[in-house]
Parts: sequence; C-alpha cells; structure tokens
Amino acid sequence: MAEYLFLVPLLPLIGFLINGLLIGRLPRSVVSAVACGSVGLSLIVAIMLFFDLKALPADARLIEQTLFTWISADILHVNLAFMLDPLSAIMILVVTGVGFLIHVYSVGYMAHDKCFGRYFAYLNLFTFSMLVLVLADNFLLMFVGWEGVGLCSYLLIGFWYEKQSASDAGKKAFIVNRIGDFGFLIGMFIIFWHVGSLDFATVSQNAPMVFAAGGTVITVACLCLFVGATGKSAQIPLYVWLPDAMEGPTPVSALIHAATMVTAGVYMIARTNVLYMMAPDALMVVAIVGAATALFAATIGLAQNDIKRVLAYSTVSQLGYMFLACGVAAFSAGIFHLMTHAFFKALLFLGAGSVIHAMSDKQDMREMGGLKKHLPITFMTMLIATLAISGIPGFSGFFSKDEILWKSFSSSHGHVALWVLGFITAGLTAFYMFRLIYLTFYGEERMDAETKKHIHESPRTMTVPLMILAVLSVIGGLVGMPHIFGATNYFEEWLHPVMAGPPQEAATHALASAGANTSMEWILMFASVALVLMAIYLAWYLYRKNTAAAGSLADKLSGARTTLANKYYVDEFYGAVVIRPLIVFSLFLWKIVDVIIIDGFLNGLASLWHDISNALRHAQSGRVRSYATMFVFGVILVVAYFVLGSN
Amino acid sequence: MVPISAYLILAAVLFGIGTVGVLISRNVIVMFMSIELMLNAANMVLIAFSRALSIADGHVIVFLVLTVAAAEAAVGLGLIIMIYRNRATINIDRFSLLKW
Repeated sequence: MAEYLFLVPLLPLIGFLINGLLIGRLPRSVVSAVACGSVGLSLIVAIMLFFDLKALPADARLIEQTLFTWISADILHVNLAFMLDPLSAIMILVVTGVGFLIHVYSVGYMAHDKCFGRYFAYLNLFTFSMLVLVLADNFLLMFVGWEGVGLCSYLLIGFWYEKQSASDAGKKAFIVNRIGDFGFLIGMFIIFWHVGSLDFATVSQNAPMVFAAGGTVITVACLCLFVGATGKSAQIPLYVWLPDAMEGPTPVSALIHAATMVTAGVYMIARTNVLYMMAPDALMVVAIVGAATALFAATIGLAQNDIKRVLAYSTVSQLGYMFLACGVAAFSAGIFHLMTHAFFKALLFLGAGSVIHAMSDKQDMREMGGLKKHLPITFMTMLIATLAISGIPGFSGFFSKDEILWKSFSSSHGHVALWVLGFITAGLTAFYMFRLIYLTFYGEERMDAETKKHIHESPRTMTVPLMILAVLSVIGGLVGMPHIFGATNYFEEWLHPVMAGPPQEAATHALASAGANTSMEWILMFASVALVLMAIYLAWYLYRKNTAAAGSLADKLSGARTTLANKYYVDEFYGAVVIRPLIVFSLFLWKIVDVIIIDGFLNGLASLWHDISNALRHAQSGRVRSYATMFVFGVILVVAYFVLGSN
Repeated sequence: MVPISAYLILAAVLFGIGTVGVLISRNVIVMFMSIELMLNAANMVLIAFSRALSIADGHVIVFLVLTVAAAEAAVGLGLIIMIYRNRATINIDRFSLLKW
C-alpha cells in the first residue's frame, strides 16, 4: 500500500486537470462527479494508508516515497518525496475527509452558479496543494504546497470577481500572505545555510549538533518561520486578510479559511517542533502571540453582525488557541484542537452557508431570526457545533480546548497569564457563538416578506455533509480524553513519536506532583465550564429573554461597541502606517524619479543631439561649388601642415 | 636644357587655373574641362621627373592615366547629357537636391 502514497495528492491534481482544461465543456453532473470522486478516492487511499501506518510498531511509523530528484545543485539536493508519519497522517485524513464533505456540499451550494467548472477546478487544485504541503518531506516542497494553497485562496476569495469587494479581498489575502511567506523563506535559508539540508528528517537529526540550544541563530530561524505561520494562519499582526476572505463562496470559507489552509502554520510549527524546542524564546513569542490573538479576535467577534464575519473572527481566535498550545510545547494538543476545530468550524461555516442560501444571500444577522422552525436540520447541526466550540463537556471542542488550557497552565513553558487569556477567551467564545444562535434561529422573524417567502431547508447534498460533520463534532474529541478521566489519550500517544521532547517531560512533570496537579486540573476544568455556562446564560438573557436590556447595555457601552464593530480600527491603522506611506513613496518614485530623473535624462540626451545636429545641418547647402571650395581649403591645410610641419 | 623647375612651375600654374575654374564656373562642361586641366598638370609633373631622373616609370603611368582619362571623359560627358535631357540645364547651382 505504501507505494500508492503519491496517489493521495495526485488524484485531486487529475481532477483539477480534467475540470480545469475542460471548463465549460462538461455537464455539471460530470464536473461534480470528477471533483468529488477524485477527493473521495484520495480519502479512501488516505484511510487505507492510515491503517497501514497503524499496523507498524509505534516507533517505526514512517512511510516514505521518493518520486524523483527535483533539484540537485552542489550541496542543495531536493527530492520530490512524500512522507507519511503520524502527524501527516492526521492531516491528510482531515484534509481529504473534511475536503470531501465540502466538495459534496458545494455541489448543492453552487448549483446555480454560472462558473461551476472553474469553482471545482480551483477547489481540487487547493486540495492537491494542501496535500503536497502536509505530505512534503522537505521544506522546499512544503513551500510549494504553501504557495499553492495561497494561490488557490486568492483565486477562490476573488471567485466572484465582478464584485469589487471580492477582488480587493483576494488581493489583500495574497499580499498579506506574501509578507508572511517572505519570513518563511528567510527561515528556510537560515536553516539551509547552517544545516546544509532541507529534509525534515535530516534537519531534525542534525539540528542539535549544529545549533546551540537557545542560541540566537535558532531563535531567529524559528521566529522567521513563525512570521510565515502568522501570515498563513491569520495571527497578529497579519490576521487582517482572513475576515475579508469571507467574500468568497461560503464552502470555500469552510474549507480553506476555517478547516484546512489556515491550519498550515500550526502544522508547520508542529512539524519543526524539534527546532522550536531548542528555542524557548521563540516558543514564548508563539505562545504570547497565540494567546493575544485568541483574546483580541474573540472581542471583535462580540460586535460583528455579519454571520460569516463572526465565524471568521472566531476562526482567528481558535487558531490563536492552537498557537498557544504549540507555544507551551504542547504540540499534540495544538494538532488535536486543529482536528476538532476542522470538524466543528467547517460545520459552522457550512451551516451558515445553508442559512445564507435560505435567506437569499443575506448575511446580516439583524435581518434573520426565528429560522429554527424553517431550517430544522441546519439548526440542530449548528447547535451541536456551537456546543462543541463553546467547550460543553462531552463535545469534541471541550477535550481539545481543555487540554490546551491545562497545558498552558501546567507546562514548563506555560504561565498562569497565558491560562488567564485562554480562559477569558473561552467565555467570550461561548457568548458570541450563542449570540449568533439566538439572533439567527430564535426570536421574531425580522427578514422582509420577499425573503421570507423563499426560506427553505437546503437540499440533501448540503444537509448530509452537515450531519456527518455534526457526528464528528460530537465524537471527534473522544480520541484525546484527558488523563484525569482515567482514559488513555490515544491522540497524544499516536503523535508521540513525532513530537520531540515535551510528552516525556510533561509526563515526568506530572508524575512528580501527580496529586496536586490532578486536583488542580479538575478545578481549572470546572472553572472554565462554569465560565462558559455563565456566558451562555448571559447571551440567553441579552438576546432572548430581555432584548431591551441588550439595547440599553449597547447604548451604555456604545464607545466600546463602536470600537469593536470597527475591529479596533486595525485596518485603518495599517492603512495609515503601511499603505499610505507606500502609496506616497510609489508616487514619488513614479512622478519624480521615473518621470523627471530617468525620463528627463534620456529625453535631455536625445534633444541635445537634436540641437547640435540642427545647428550643423546648415553646412549641407547642396551647392557643389561650395563643397569643392571647402575641399580645396582642406587639402591646402593638410598639405601646408605636412610641408611646414616637417621642418 | 630646360630646368625641371620650369616644368614644375608650368604644372603648378595649370593646376591653379584648373582649380579656380572648377570653383568659379557654374557650367558643368567648363568644370569638366578644368578638371581635365588639373589632371594634365599632374601628368606633366610625372613626365618632367621621369625625364630628369631618367626613369621610365613616369611615362608608363602617364599612358595609363591618359587611357583612364579618356574613359572617364566619356562617362562624364554621358552623365552631363543625361542631366541636360532631364533638367534642360547644366547650371551646377540648380542641382542642390541634397541640401538640408
């Protein structure tokens, strides 16, 4: 089975080629069959490979496949090679699994769009790029996938390019991502310069010999890589593109901007965990940025009225959790949250898509309300996802979030302040998610009559993926039960061989003060559950029970509310500090340097010769006798020179 | 015996007359004749030195020059006839098409 590893990325590529080369020439049924079929087959291969991998002994779980040598120049030797280890196995399952469901959902969602073929071609190309990213066995091939998903993200955000805001959002995403990619490249160069190889295995093996632990070089390299991660995974300061990315079709938001692509940064840090473990300062930066982003984005999410924007800020916030986990060296907790988040966030987005579909493309929650009885399946599934993301015990989000919070408190890299940030974020998350539920599905129906007439539950091809994701959102967490429940954390055990030091360290740490820690873990768990329940009660009180109170509270806090609704004016700040000076500088280069200096120099040179020629051309009188006279005088002068000069 | 300087002075005078003729005449035929005069002044110098130094080379060259000059005269007169046929004039000042 191992020799079929290349099929996992190849199948979506074939789907892309078929759909991409034959745009507009295939009937819709064939397009959807090719697109869903290629990803579905890829999922089947991925599942079979997963069981192959599971059959191997724990410390030998590695399937490698080298297709050919890609670059061989002096010491730079890069193979086109794929690597399946426990970490990438989880990633390909998430990418192909969630990706497949979203492909199926898209068939229904995009049924009326005129660019059906183009949409699925892009979607397949994205799946291919993402699979290359997670299966790559070296930095360079990973970078290829990294850029590929960036490109597809751009193409799909600007999918409805006739809309100015959509094409602007696409460009914004691409440019902001390029800034991050620059950091990734620099980090890659530093690593290659010192280690002389780009293979993950070689780098991980040689890094302890090459770099001094905690030294400047490794810290700078890790920080550069982290800059790349902040771009792709929408962390402070490069998160600004993600909320705008909601201009794309909703299934795209679900697949790319919630479940898969934005987790590439988390995956990359987990993949290079050996390097990060050697750079505690870089880890601390990761943790602080992650925790700050989690809180920051959650507060913005409180005051958004667009249903997709709430989910977008929620995604930024949850990604912050994942980075917080990585930053406290709990890489497997980060990947665990990545997986559960992929389930419930994809479900939330697809549910939102179903709501938008029913509402004739309206996204403002103030115009919704009372949709519960019209959209029963959407309501049930979204409620499950909301319970999961809020961290209600029993749902998947509870286990992963709780593990992150506990690790941020107990890990040797953790700190109580990080826990507090994560703890507050958990409360805010529950509040804005239930605000969304109450505004959308409960209360009076605030939409206009025309919209109301068209409200309908979505077709089967959309609701079935919702139900499958809902099941996954409930049971997805069971693979990673915390130790204190007396269960085995299969997830952490599974990832153990890939993650360098932390699990053993944490284990010894836990053993040393087992008693105290266990009771502490229980206390923290109850505290966060209590906070979440309070937040839900508050949301219920403000948006369901006593909506007048919500209005008067909003008036009292109008200053804070405006600030939040305007996203802390970060876009305006970037506009004034980065974009405006760049425009002014570009204008200077254009109007002054290019037009006046460069063009002026060349035009001046040309007109100089023009003027000289103009003065001299009068010598060309056309009169033969005057030419002859000049000739004779010339001869006389030359002869005189030689005759007189020779004496 | 006539001294060689006399031949040279005569040649110089002929050359000078030819040159002035070319420069001041407007008639192409007169210019052409003046050029022939300059050519023969040069021939005269060759003959004079050849005789004075008793070397036959000068004579040989002059015969060659005379032959070429005959051909050149034919071509030149042919050109002049063609110019006259086209423009009905042989005033050199009227042929200034190549001026600025």
